[in-house]
Amino acid sequence: MDRRSEMHRRERRRYVIGYGGSLLLTLAMFGVAQVYGIETVGVYLTIGLLGLAQLVLQLVYFLHIDRRRSSREDLHLVLFSTLVLMIMILGTVWVLGNLATRMHMHLM
Amino acid sequence: MKRAPTHSYPGINLGEHHASAHKATEVVTFGFWVFLMSDLVYFGLMFAIYITMIDAQAGGPGPHELFDLKSVFAQTLILLTSSLTVGLAMLALKYNLPRGRIVLWFGVTLVLGLSFLVLEVRDFMAMAEKGGIPQRSGFLSAFFGLVPMHGLHVATGCLWLIVLGIQLRVKGMTDVVISRVVRLALFWHFLDLIWIGIITIVYFGGLTYG
Repeated sequence: MDRRSEMHRRERRRYVIGYGGSLLLTLAMFGVAQVYGIETVGVYLTIGLLGLAQLVLQLVYFLHIDRRRSSREDLHLVLFSTLVLMIMILGTVWVLGNLATRMHMHLM
Repeated sequence: MKRAPTHSYPGINLGEHHASAHKATEVVTFGFWVFLMSDLVYFGLMFAIYITMIDAQAGGPGPHELFDLKSVFAQTLILLTSSLTVGLAMLALKYNLPRGRIVLWFGVTLVLGLSFLVLEVRDFMAMAEKGGIPQRSGFLSAFFGLVPMHGLHVATGCLWLIVLGIQLRVKGMTDVVISRVVRLALFWHFLDLIWIGIITIVYFGGLTYG
């Protein structure tokens, strides 16, 4: 019984850490937008990196995806889907962006 | 500090306290991950379309006129908090806490999910008033193909929450019900991940490049 409540506390702490971290990153994201304005590429890059950090944080602390041996199959599934998705997204953006430039549609 | 003994799929593991439920959950959870990943492909492609459509405003209202960052901020906080409470509901179930605690976290999650939806629908209505309707431009079509789809997922999650709440009451904490709650928690966390993508790409990206 004691060990169980110990495990319970530990798992709950995991969620609280994930929540606290996500909260800080969200505040940082909107804070940066508020203070510096959302006009320049540098600011947007910062916001993008903060978003990415939050994505990873939630994958680890909420969805429990990590490099532990037992959850590795699912990690492979996630990584492979992400790879396919990235090829599709970057391919779309690349091809259509290129087209737009050549057609002088001043995209991006 | 010992590691949890049996950890065979991502998301919260039921472990040795629910040995039978744990076994039953393992396979279906992996299947559910496959579903989530295919759902991710849908969202990913909608993101790609949105990125290519940011400039295609056809003289209609753009991100600067339409987006309300304060409301988006509130929605972000609400959804993030609901992601925590659905996790706490899951833990309450895993560690056999009194039923009242489980119902409490379920209820809080439901209320947060519904308030998220209310704010989102209010945003859409405000956008429509300014002429931001899906058929106005390619940009708005892409927006309304992506963001309301996420809202629809949240609405489905709320419905699922209600159904599971009823099942918990009627059937009690059987293995099947517990394993369903595990998947609901996964689904809910996944929706929060998509939302992070939406604020970063749709809202901030739209404001930067639109």
